[in-house]
Amino acid sequence: MSDKNEKVYFFDRPENIERLLKGFYAICILLVLADFVLHRHIGFGWEEIPAFYSLYGFAACVVLVVIAKKMRNVLMRKEDYYDE
Amino acid sequence: MSEFSPFLLFFIAALLVGFTRDLPRQLILLATPVLTGLHLWLNIEVGSSVSYSIMNYELVAMRVDKLSLLFGYLFCIASFIGSIFAFHVKDTKQHIAAVTYAGSALGAVFAGDLITLFIFWELLAISSVFLIWARGTERALKAGLRYLVFQVLSGVLLLAGALVYFHDTGSLAFDHIGLDAGIAGWLIFIAFGIKSAFPFLHSWLTDGYPEATVTGTVFLSAFTTKVAVYALARGFAGEEILVYIGVTMACFPIFYAVIENDLRKVLAYSLINQVGFMVTGIGIGTALALNGAIAHAFSDVIFKGLLFMSMGAVLYRVGNINGSSLGGLYKSMPKTTVLCIVGALSISAFPLFSGFVSKSMVMTALMYEDYGYLWLLMLFASAGVFHHAGIKIPYFAFFAHDSGIRTEEAPRNMLIAMSIAALLCIFIGTQPQYLYAMLPWEVEYWPYDVTHVLAQLQLLFFSALAFVWLNKKGLYPPELPSVNLDMEWFYRKLVPVAAQRVVTSLRDTKASVLSIATVPMQDIQTKFTKSSVAKYYLSESWPTGSMVFWISVILVTFLALNAFG
Repeated sequence: MSDKNEKVYFFDRPENIERLLKGFYAICILLVLADFVLHRHIGFGWEEIPAFYSLYGFAACVVLVVIAKKMRNVLMRKEDYYDE
Repeated sequence: MSEFSPFLLFFIAALLVGFTRDLPRQLILLATPVLTGLHLWLNIEVGSSVSYSIMNYELVAMRVDKLSLLFGYLFCIASFIGSIFAFHVKDTKQHIAAVTYAGSALGAVFAGDLITLFIFWELLAISSVFLIWARGTERALKAGLRYLVFQVLSGVLLLAGALVYFHDTGSLAFDHIGLDAGIAGWLIFIAFGIKSAFPFLHSWLTDGYPEATVTGTVFLSAFTTKVAVYALARGFAGEEILVYIGVTMACFPIFYAVIENDLRKVLAYSLINQVGFMVTGIGIGTALALNGAIAHAFSDVIFKGLLFMSMGAVLYRVGNINGSSLGGLYKSMPKTTVLCIVGALSISAFPLFSGFVSKSMVMTALMYEDYGYLWLLMLFASAGVFHHAGIKIPYFAFFAHDSGIRTEEAPRNMLIAMSIAALLCIFIGTQPQYLYAMLPWEVEYWPYDVTHVLAQLQLLFFSALAFVWLNKKGLYPPELPSVNLDMEWFYRKLVPVAAQRVVTSLRDTKASVLSIATVPMQDIQTKFTKSSVAKYYLSESWPTGSMVFWISVILVTFLALNAFG
């Protein structure tokens, strides 16, 4: 595994990850800006909040992960829990 | 006569597969879904039906309308892709099980009455469990048994409901039933509910599917729940309770999916989540919502199959599928990685991929019917899907930290099967008009407008941003070797532990009663031996032999008296 001659893969280079993330952040920013340029149809009142979908998507995932982590305290057991 | 029910070919194939090996068998397995698909396409027309009668009851083996026909095509496609994926498998019983299982699914969606439906409903249960048992481990054996109990229970409820329904209405026809049908309606509703993994009734799925074989799970993910979705759409469209059930199904599994370590179990949870979108659509009951539910079932079978195939390929090559021990596999399985990402983008409903064109119909229908808060919850579930199925699955298997595992690319047949599924995902996503044209209800709908695309892209990209941010902050829960308690805890832990407690306490009671009673008993015995009665022969000891002897004597005497008296 630790063969020194092993090929260096794309994500082995931190600068590649850095580049990928920068591109990703740029798209995120453009998507928020697009909200102010393009016209969206509105079905519900809360859709009028600027960048509603962006904020909601971000918040939803943070809430999801935070709650799921808390759930671990209650629900998590050892791998062989049922085999005992 | 060219009209025969499409399941027939599959059942004949199941027989043939038992007697053939290698290439002939592989050809049979590939030809069966193709021929059946062509048969559906060329010979079968909407409105046709085939009846048979048993004990003076007219039963409908095949009823064709656009709804059953769409599922017919879908199951042929799923069976074809699954057969390619399982091309290398030598195990005869797995092939027989898979072909019978697919045939039963076809039989069920074309069934025109409740009894025929029940027969195929049970065949689905019995054939599919072998795909779990074929894994050969003790865990799989036990999980399969638990799975079978749920499935058979569902069948029993269906039969009971059908009989009550017949008693009430005098009809066995499987059309709209509704909950107004009283007890019969509820019995059938719960039967369908078990198979579509309603909350609290879902644990057979998350318990059983991850224990099945590499190829078995691919078949399992395609048929059982989709037959149930079909049955709900046929029998209970527009029942409002389904909206609430569906939203619950879409929301609760994503929490489990985030902390689950077994990646095939993550997919099992996300299967429930996707079925939640379908069930919601059926509950709304408008033409757009029903079309959305059906279309989503169609795309789900293909992208979920693709995801299960990619995780199956990893399991096949690496030997385990725990997120905690995988990572960096893109180095040795680059093609599988790309194909998995296509599946991940499809399930996340990325524009240009299949999930987008079907899920957006259900979301739009929720909006039209003014379910504001439920719509928000479903939007939460949509973001959650991307988070656990769209990002977590590919990330922890193929990227994350390099686990050091170096293996081979998936076998060629698996790559072909995954590629077909991936192409279909993109085809449906970019050319949805063909899928829309097959949908049962007439509705004008087009998903690609600025509003939808922009909203969906913002939602998804910022969900991904949350993932990046949480990971950078070290807030993301690491993959840990563990199990998480779910509904199965009740019957895998609570009931056995309670039963054991009862047995132990009974044993303790017996011991304490004995210890209390022994002294007086011995006392009585001593007194008895000292008494004058004790000298008679029979009271000395009571061997069984002498008891048998005296009983025989009594019997013979009785017989003699009876014969002569």
